[in-house]
Amino acid sequence: MGLLGHGLFQQDWPRAWRTTELKPQYDVVVIGAGVHGLATAYYLARNHGARQVAVLDKGYIGGGGSGRNTAIIRSNYLTPEGVRFYDRSVGLYRSLAAELNFNVMFAQRGHLTLAHNDSSLRTMRWRAEVNKLEGVQSEVISPADVKALVPQMDVSSGTRYPVLGALYHPPGGIIRHDAVNWGYARAADALGVEIHQNTEVLAISLDRGRVRGVNTSKGKVSAPVVVNCTAGWASLVAEMAGVSLPIVTHPLQAAVTEPVKMFLQAVVVSGSLHVYVSQTDRGELVFGASTDPYPSYSMRGSLEFTEELASHVLELMPGIAKLRVLRQWAGLCDITPDFSPIMGVTEVEGFLVDVGWGTYGFKAGPAAGESMAELVATGKTPELIAAFDLARFFEGRLVGERGAAAVGH
Amino acid sequence: MILIPCPYCGPRNSDEFAHWGEGGARPPVQDIGPAEWRAYLYIRRNRAGWTTETWFHRFGCARFFVAERNTVTNEVRTTRSVGSEAPPSASPEEG
Ligand SMILES: Cc1cc2nc3c(=O)[nH]c(=O)nc-3n(C[C@H](O)[C@H](O)[C@H](O)COP(=O)(O)OP(=O)(O)OC[C@H]3O[C@@H](n4cnc5c(N)ncnc54)[C@H](O)[C@@H]3O)c2cc1C
Ligand SMILES: [Zn+2]
Repeated sequence: MGLLGHGLFQQDWPRAWRTTELKPQYDVVVIGAGVHGLATAYYLARNHGARQVAVLDKGYIGGGGSGRNTAIIRSNYLTPEGVRFYDRSVGLYRSLAAELNFNVMFAQRGHLTLAHNDSSLRTMRWRAEVNKLEGVQSEVISPADVKALVPQMDVSSGTRYPVLGALYHPPGGIIRHDAVNWGYARAADALGVEIHQNTEVLAISLDRGRVRGVNTSKGKVSAPVVVNCTAGWASLVAEMAGVSLPIVTHPLQAAVTEPVKMFLQAVVVSGSLHVYVSQTDRGELVFGASTDPYPSYSMRGSLEFTEELASHVLELMPGIAKLRVLRQWAGLCDITPDFSPIMGVTEVEGFLVDVGWGTYGFKAGPAAGESMAELVATGKTPELIAAFDLARFFEGRLVGERGAAAVGH
Repeated sequence: MILIPCPYCGPRNSDEFAHWGEGGARPPVQDIGPAEWRAYLYIRRNRAGWTTETWFHRFGCARFFVAERNTVTNEVRTTRSVGSEAPPSASPEEG
């Protein structure tokens, strides 16, 4: 009834989270109100009873990659560490709507990665075996099976990039990313977490190798723990604490068409064609590609992107040639050398990182938030994220996920 | 699309070029340990603003050159051949 009233008159909607004054002191300051910062704050409050937690963002909730991604969720990665980690996140996403009392519309419609040559088919067999060993549903299927799942796809051998098979991952799917961000924000707020939008961190104060707090556009805040969850801007924030990261920021673009009747169940990815497509519950086709070819902090879309995208998508699905593109946008991605994230401690005591999420970090929000919260609360790095520490780059322990993350986000 | 003035061919579309990476001298391999070598391989400044970087004119003269580009606006201020001096007016540290 309340909903009906608000909906009819479009007024007096209750606020989903509070706006408060920035306090001079917190136990934990989280920088970045994307899914990673919000989830970290939420699990700190829910699992560990933390109350003095502030999430600071220079813009608005979900204004970074978390509100710009194409919302693909999957766990069919290449390394056992990767598969275990992302599978935990898929598990948390499955019960997230009930937990947050917010419909995040997680639709596990199946995820297909197409192979157009022998080497990608080989990588897929490898991935399928690793996945199965970790208990994740994943198998290599034939072109005929692909055709049965996606009748609109051209799987004939006459095309420039014939479909030789695909890696099929039934639990993969899409989600409503805004709902995830807002759901975490509202639930964290209800547990006492403060979210401060339009609050930019300008400097990080240190004292004898440990973090003391942050200087923001709204004043000074002291805190013994500061967590960097700023994705594409992670290098700039880490530099404030004197920490150097193995990260390069690249824009990633996406586009969406006008809505049409539902015809595409699965998410379809083609590495060779540098393109992927899914259909939302509203009927729009969502397209994405690989990152822009040079690093940049600019979020402008480009015409080359749409042109190239259209030509590649039509190779796969000639039937959608008449569809019109409605919108196109870009977000920033923090790319690491091994296409795996960086989570954990740094050489500055109390300054933690949850970064390096590249083009694939939205699906990781719940598991990363849960793990980072545990690290903050207990001081111990959880087993689930131990392989993803910053030190791995200096000790030669890379977690190579290029084969599973370069195009299929 | 950005326009990049190749010092050998003149202004061309960025799709003709490959971004090679941030500029910087390679440390002497004999004198450093594995950790320093890995830092050289992986750590990047990833600046927002003016940066000095190496580009390769892949579909043109196939030569490497140095460019000063603003990573926020994508404006390219100067390009020059590898090994030549930066003009005094164009310090990459500003901005
Ligand atoms: C087009 C596109 C498609 C993608 N598709 C997928 C996909 O299908 N599946 C998937 O899993 N991932 C995908 N990703 C990647 C995913 O979006 C990101 O990895 C993820 O959202 C990162 O979340 P985050 O919370 O770490 O960072 P973000 O959501 O980027 O949030 C970082 C926040 O930090 C804030 N910030 C930065 N600097 C400061 C400062 N100095 N002070 C205060 N605040 C600051 C920013 O304002 C921003 O809100 C895609 C990304 C893009 C751009
Ligand atoms: Zn040239």
